[in-house]
Amino acid sequence: MIQTLQHYEFAILIPLLGGLLVLLFHNHENFREACSIVIGIVLFLYIVQLIGLTSGDNTAHTLLNITPTLSITFHLEPLGLVFALLASSLWIITTIYSIGYMRGNKEKNQTRFYVFFAMSIASTMGIAFSANLLTLFIFYETLTLCTYPLVTHKQNQEAQSGGRTYLGILLSTSILFFLTAMVVTWLHAGTLDFLPGGILDSKLGPLGALLLFTLFMFGIGKAALMPFHRWLPAAMVAPTPVSALLHAVAVVKAGVFTVLKISVYIFGIDFIATQHAADVILWVAVATMLIASIIALTKNNLKARLAYSTISQLSYIVVGAALASPIAAMGGALHMVTHAFGKITLFFCAGAIYTATKYTQVSQLDGLGHRMPFTFTAYLVAAISVIGLPPLIGSWSKWYLMEGSISTQNYIVLIAFSLSTLLNCAYLLPIALRGFFNPLNSNLDHQVSGIKEAPLACVFPLCITALCTFLLFFYMQTVYDFLYPAFNP
Amino acid sequence: MLTQHLAVLQVVVPLISAPLCALLPLAGSENKLGNKLAWLFATLVSLTTFIIALLIAKEVSDHGVISYQLGGWAPPWGIEYRIDHLSAYILLIVSAIACITMLAAQKSVEKEIAHEKISLFYSAFLLCLTGLLGVVVTGDAFNIFVFLEISSLSSYVLIALGNDRKALTASYQYLIMGTIGATFILIGIGLLYMLTGTLNIVDLQQRIPELLSSRTLHAAFAFFTVGISLKLALLPLHLWLPNAYAYAPSMITVFLSATATKVSLYILFRFFFGLFSNEITFEEFHLDKILIPLSILAILIASSVAVFQNNIKRMFAYSSVAQIGYMTLGIGLATKSGSIAGMLHLFNHAIIKGGLFLAMACIVFRTGSVQLSNFAGLGKRMPWTMAAILLLGLGLIGVPFTAGFISKWYLLIAALEQNNWLAATVIVGGSLLAVMYIWKIIEHAYFKIPISSASEGQVISEAPFTMLIPLWILVAANFYFGVNTSFSYGFANTAINTLFQ
Repeated sequence: MIQTLQHYEFAILIPLLGGLLVLLFHNHENFREACSIVIGIVLFLYIVQLIGLTSGDNTAHTLLNITPTLSITFHLEPLGLVFALLASSLWIITTIYSIGYMRGNKEKNQTRFYVFFAMSIASTMGIAFSANLLTLFIFYETLTLCTYPLVTHKQNQEAQSGGRTYLGILLSTSILFFLTAMVVTWLHAGTLDFLPGGILDSKLGPLGALLLFTLFMFGIGKAALMPFHRWLPAAMVAPTPVSALLHAVAVVKAGVFTVLKISVYIFGIDFIATQHAADVILWVAVATMLIASIIALTKNNLKARLAYSTISQLSYIVVGAALASPIAAMGGALHMVTHAFGKITLFFCAGAIYTATKYTQVSQLDGLGHRMPFTFTAYLVAAISVIGLPPLIGSWSKWYLMEGSISTQNYIVLIAFSLSTLLNCAYLLPIALRGFFNPLNSNLDHQVSGIKEAPLACVFPLCITALCTFLLFFYMQTVYDFLYPAFNP
Repeated sequence: MLTQHLAVLQVVVPLISAPLCALLPLAGSENKLGNKLAWLFATLVSLTTFIIALLIAKEVSDHGVISYQLGGWAPPWGIEYRIDHLSAYILLIVSAIACITMLAAQKSVEKEIAHEKISLFYSAFLLCLTGLLGVVVTGDAFNIFVFLEISSLSSYVLIALGNDRKALTASYQYLIMGTIGATFILIGIGLLYMLTGTLNIVDLQQRIPELLSSRTLHAAFAFFTVGISLKLALLPLHLWLPNAYAYAPSMITVFLSATATKVSLYILFRFFFGLFSNEITFEEFHLDKILIPLSILAILIASSVAVFQNNIKRMFAYSSVAQIGYMTLGIGLATKSGSIAGMLHLFNHAIIKGGLFLAMACIVFRTGSVQLSNFAGLGKRMPWTMAAILLLGLGLIGVPFTAGFISKWYLLIAALEQNNWLAATVIVGGSLLAVMYIWKIIEHAYFKIPISSASEGQVISEAPFTMLIPLWILVAANFYFGVNTSFSYGFANTAINTLFQ
């Protein structure tokens, strides 16, 4: 039994099976949605039981050999498992939320939506368990393609142009830079396997390492480093559940997860440090962090503001990898988790507000806090977590990231983190404050009387994730201990 | 007993069948049954050639090169049919595509070709197949020219049968350019014969190294280069191709796009690696100096032109010119891995482009034309055809899991092994241009609301199963060879390795 379950590709097959079930029962809405939830739970339980296996003997498992030297192979390692746990647990919650949102807004083509959603999760699982760069790349590309129909779900002019930017940037960066970098890696290292300590040691000089690392980081368009960040705001034409799970968790986190994987298992943290491979990317990431925050300040559209906030937060993780110290990389990995819970709550709130009121602009939110108390409270909690104040999980990752910048004596980075925190406050908090303290907008009186909380299926998930940002605060040490071997081989 | 004659049967079966097809009962009339009979006959013949090609491939991989002496005359005096791994590989591609084309052909041909000409159409097709197979099996330089002309002449006829009157000028253009190309090849062969007194390729290969100082040899090489480039539509000698592909009957485009240029590429391999040997080609004559720049230009220019086409068959025709650029780029790198990558792309591209043109045939069958505006709303009306276009399009772009990715991967490795960053950039850049033209179709099909045709009382429906099944066989092949390369790469690898010895 255990033997078969060690074939990690079950993590990919389960959501694919779910997609198939959804397709089969496309005429029975309730049953179709039930399938989605059940499959989500099955996947989550499957991943949970894998936790026990990490300490045991877990050799990589090859699914198929494309050529004698290239294969699709999966393995189990802490970083990937944490990512898989994160995505699968939030998938369940997002599915519940989707039901409320998609029905509440009477969206069309819901079956297609759930099918591609399941396929996106399958790709995410493929990324999480990939044991070599080729496998990762393959699922990275399928994730882009599977999410395209979700982003362009509305099939109107706006969706088309948003989709064009989305696909254009993600595909071109991955084909132009990522694929090239991968081939260069293959030619130098002779392998693409993810190995502790990296595979490039003593095979590349400082200049080569610098160029290759830069090529990789720009190639991972999903990490949204400037100037290749435009796809993320463009993807906000998608229905909110998509923005929530895919553009706060699965897709963008697949990007930064890839960044961490490549830094840790292809280059090796020591190699980056000794060869100064990350010298360019560090400053690109710091600049992205600050510039994106400033742009977020200027956005009146709530989802656009959250999108730029995401771009800024993703760069935290890239900085974590680029600082090239175990503690900073650990901070990056933890930030991957903490930001996911915070940001998905914020997106859920934006969607709940839209479902209840059809409002999308920040300036429209005056006084809504009293009509929608749960939504706005959850928003406030999640915002504080993203900003990084205790006792919410966001504080942990920020702590380690700052500690990492001190230990590597990058004081400018430390200042940048502090500045970014201030900017976070400036663009996230006013939304909650408007909701609670400003009077209702009198011009809209005729609509306001009817406003109340969004459907339960929308509000319940966002309360859960908000609660998680608080509860998980006390369990971060467990995650830390679990991840520790990955960064300290 | 028959196994030892496989080599000659490969050619003789379709050759004899071609006139028989025109003589079948009820042939040449407007009778539907007669037309069906002609189709059935041509399909069976294609199937037989495919089975023979399979047997040959097995024979070659088990026992090595097949040498067949035509009429019992020993080479180098007699004509020798010589099949090595390279030939067997191309034979498989050509005959398999012929099979797929014929399986799908019946309804499309009945709609596009005047009924009294249908049986003649099928005999011309079989002749064309004969020519293409003949080029590949023969080990005699002059024989290559003869078969090349058989295939070319019959393809001029086939292209001219297209519905649009422009098909006539397209065919005429191809006739002029193709004949010049063939003549150049013939002059090259003539010069070699003058120098050596032999036409057998193996024999020629042994004699050429002594003649390196001869100017005649240089001239022969130059004639070959231009002649073959014309035939395989290497930019800037590609001008015949877009019109020929765009206006030919749909099924002929499917067949020619996946086989004709591929066989020309085979001639390039055979002459420059077999006849002249790779050292002479690259170290004495520096073919790479001209092949690489032209290939790079082909990829960039043809892909860019494709982006702006509104006739989708024309768009894919330009895309073919670009893809041929990838193959010649691989060859131009002058290394084993480069040639293997080029050969692999030849294989994968035959599947992908054959499939795409087959999908075009489905769309012509239902909507009557392949103008971009006709694609509006097809995502809903013809979901299976559009899904096939999308999946094959991903192959053309080179997305992982598709055959296209495998060729791009090996091409990139071959380019970067040489530290040729320009070539590497062009290879990945060409993929981006492919994204642009493929997505133009996808957006039209899935985002545009169809112009109301309800007034004419016609609702576009999905293509018939007889066309969808062959189409999806190619889609499946596109994915199969994207994850399992043991055949496609393995065979190409052996083929090139034997050629480079």
